[in-house]
Amino acid sequence: MKRRAFAKIPANARRHPSLKPVPLTHFTATSCIGTGLAATRAALLAGTGGLRPCDFDDAELATWIGRVDGIEDLVMPAALSRFDCRNNRLALLALAQDGFAPAVRAAATRHGPERIAVVLGTSTAGILSTERAYRRRDPVDASLPPDFDYRGTHNVHSVAEFVAAACGLHGPSLVVSSACSSSAKVFATAARMIAAGLVDAALVGGVDSLCLTTLYGFNSLELLSSEPCRPFDPERRGISIGEAAAFALLQREPEETDAPRLVLSGYGESSDAHHMSSPHPEGLGARLAMSAALARAGLGAPQIDYINLHGTATPSNDAAEGAAVHELFGDRTPASSTKGYSGHTLGAAGALEAVVAAIALEEGIMPGSAGTRTRDPGVGIDYLLEARSRPLHHVLSNSFGFGGTNASLIISRVEP
Amino acid sequence: MNTPLTAWIDGVSVYGPGLAGWDAARSALGGHGFSATATDIPRLSVLPPAERRRVGTVVRLALATGLAACDSAAADPAELPSVFASSGGDGSNCHAICETLASGDRLISPIRFHNSVNNAASGYWGIATGAMAPSAIVSAYDGSFAAGLLEAMIQLATPAETAGRILLVAYDVPYPPPLDAVRPMRDACGIGLVLHDRPGANAIARIQVETGNEAESQMADSALEAVRTGNPTARGLPLLAALATARARTLVLPWHEHLSLLLRVEAA
Repeated sequence: MKRRAFAKIPANARRHPSLKPVPLTHFTATSCIGTGLAATRAALLAGTGGLRPCDFDDAELATWIGRVDGIEDLVMPAALSRFDCRNNRLALLALAQDGFAPAVRAAATRHGPERIAVVLGTSTAGILSTERAYRRRDPVDASLPPDFDYRGTHNVHSVAEFVAAACGLHGPSLVVSSACSSSAKVFATAARMIAAGLVDAALVGGVDSLCLTTLYGFNSLELLSSEPCRPFDPERRGISIGEAAAFALLQREPEETDAPRLVLSGYGESSDAHHMSSPHPEGLGARLAMSAALARAGLGAPQIDYINLHGTATPSNDAAEGAAVHELFGDRTPASSTKGYSGHTLGAAGALEAVVAAIALEEGIMPGSAGTRTRDPGVGIDYLLEARSRPLHHVLSNSFGFGGTNASLIISRVEP
Repeated sequence: MNTPLTAWIDGVSVYGPGLAGWDAARSALGGHGFSATATDIPRLSVLPPAERRRVGTVVRLALATGLAACDSAAADPAELPSVFASSGGDGSNCHAICETLASGDRLISPIRFHNSVNNAASGYWGIATGAMAPSAIVSAYDGSFAAGLLEAMIQLATPAETAGRILLVAYDVPYPPPLDAVRPMRDACGIGLVLHDRPGANAIARIQVETGNEAESQMADSALEAVRTGNPTARGLPLLAALATARARTLVLPWHEHLSLLLRVEAA
């Protein structure tokens, strides 16, 4: 395994490119803490998490999960039946909340369906359908059952193809699948597309659904917590896996409004170049991503009001991320992970937590850390056990993943 | 799109059926005696031995493709941001996990699990080269090559997003049975490009890209056309053919039913 001096910063990370803020005009989220924004907001304000002992499929694992109720009973519209799988049903459920789908259709009318991109993150796509198809292989020739639709469910792009079809969008459609940074990185890709004049708007987001691959996979790495996860707690023992769908609509020119607006004001990406399943121990990649986001937003660290941490509750993630946050922000900036509410929603985490950042900015609240009993004394940051209220202007959100992929977003509130 | 995106190509690589590296592939793509022999992927010269043992064909193809493109452009891999584009990820690894999960004993291997992420090739690329710059990972079914090319061109066009150059690595490897029946591919294919935002000393061609919905270009040679349609990454072959002939060409790469990429290629 390669170790690198802490101070080495690649030349291009020192550049200070600025981003014209991209208006974030509509958003929604569905996870185990709530279907839609009202329930999500209420859970974050009340400090109530949505984890439960694992009752998914026939998994026999001593862990807690963030399962969304009712997906099993959802019916896919006939015209979209080839996309029918848990992942796309979860996407369908989320699109139907908070007037999001009508807002996308209005944007398509305004800009033209070919001028709106669909850029989504997922780590699982509909792999659960493949897992189940493997249990129903032909006893003679071992073929998959005829009702298995690879393109509509298993292929990693299926969720973007489904959402584009469901919303009638014809612009560039792609999926970013970079493990747990996936749906943070989509904001960067979409912002660049808008800045380049390729499209006028982008439907971005993340969808990730429970499956046996992730449950038994994280179990094999001994990273599943046997109790609800406890981010940044000295007794933390691993993650709780959750599922979620979260979407946002980025538009170059939003409708005129007198109300405060939310904008994507910065993003930063980096690679650890260190190890496939462990972060750089001092959080060098995390620091690069956060620094790049600050530079692109034209902000200094003291101007960030709150940090929504990646905070998975594995011993190594929280130690590395804590070190990186301490290096840049010291102990001045309030920070918390919201994985104790939703569980770690993997490929949907970036978008879900971008929505948490948006709620924080709208409500003037920094959520406390559900599940965390005491702060890790080894991490020198202002980690919030309880919610704190005050007007917020700039929120940073971190998402890091296997393969050493890092992304940080800054979402800001702009007064009219 | 209002204005086409422009870039210069500094380096090219390809490993596919009958396409054993860019130097060998140039004459075949130029119309001189193509024969679709099995894809030959070079042995890896990078990665620590422990990691090298853990990687499968997909990662080996992606890394070999990326290294050859950087070599062709005389670029240091550690300095370049990257875009990894693939339709299917690692089907063999996925198959092994699904078989285990369908069996009575669901204990999957930790290495299989961390190799199952769709950004495995990008992750190993970082470990192999030390590149800490951003790495994008994009998938768009049969439009994955077009999506990767556009992502790379857009990054070059975004002010100060890169240090002026970016690596694109597109790669797809056939699935094992039974997945091969639902996603048939003929053979593995990797295509690498190093793109530059200005005409540098290594420039071999200038490309301009815009979106449209024209019908996709086909290969004139029927055997090469079978390669093009037999692998999602090989949808990029018309671009390589244009680079091989060094004549000004306009061509169309497929993305999805409503969208394609229109490319103009000229000698630098």
